Amino acid sequence: MDPPEASRELCQKAGYTFTFLSDPKAEAIRRYDLVHAGAGINGQDIARPGEFLLDSSGIVRWVNLTENLWVRARPEQILEAAKMLK
Amino acid sequence: MRLQKINWPIWVGFLLSAFAFLSYPFVFVRWPSTRDFPWANLLIFAFAIVLLIAGVRRTFKASQKRTAKFISSLVATLGVLSLAFFIFAFFIASRWLPGAHGAPQAGQKAPDFSLADTTGKTVHLGELLSEPLDGKAPKGVLLIFYRGYW
Repeated sequence: MDPPEASRELCQKAGYTFTFLSDPKAEAIRRYDLVHAGAGINGQDIARPGEFLLDSSGIVRWVNLTENLWVRARPEQILEAAKMLK
Repeated sequence: MRLQKINWPIWVGFLLSAFAFLSYPFVFVRWPSTRDFPWANLLIFAFAIVLLIAGVRRTFKASQKRTAKFISSLVATLGVLSLAFFIFAFFIASRWLPGAHGAPQAGQKAPDFSLADTTGKTVHLGELLSEPLDGKAPKGVLLIFYRGYW
């Protein structure tokens, strides 16, 4: 939801080198049905957490939709799922 | 003031209950084993509650002033309330998430999108799926919709 500038700062601080996209208008968030209406600090619509692993043809191979905000997919889980990809 | 006069269990218990609460978002959320289930925080809360009870009993047992009884009860109540709020925040409020029943499932095509990256350049999902990385075609793409910075 953050604008690209805020994300750039975060990426530099955290050392992220992967592609980091901004969705301030919740376009992709809406398309993936992950909108959490009114849950932002100022009551704006934000995303509920979700992780999707796609194969190179764009088919979803693995999904994680947590039921608890504090609990996210662990790296080991994702690496295990990534073994499916050829 | 002599040490026996200070009701240390109540104050240590109070500080410990505050620490038990605050150490989740600031400390224990960093490791999966203490994050996914907050056992470390609940353990610290347990110690805090024991001390708070001991502190309250101390003021009620001894022929203490009314104000001492009042203060110890109040402090103990605050400690218990912080535990109640922690349980509420972790086990109840954090689960108030929309169901996402329309989210793409395994086997389905991932909806396309194009969004700006951190330099402002528009990136297409299709590009991420096809553009070579280190000279090799990508095996796939991991999409993470995050919330908060952990």
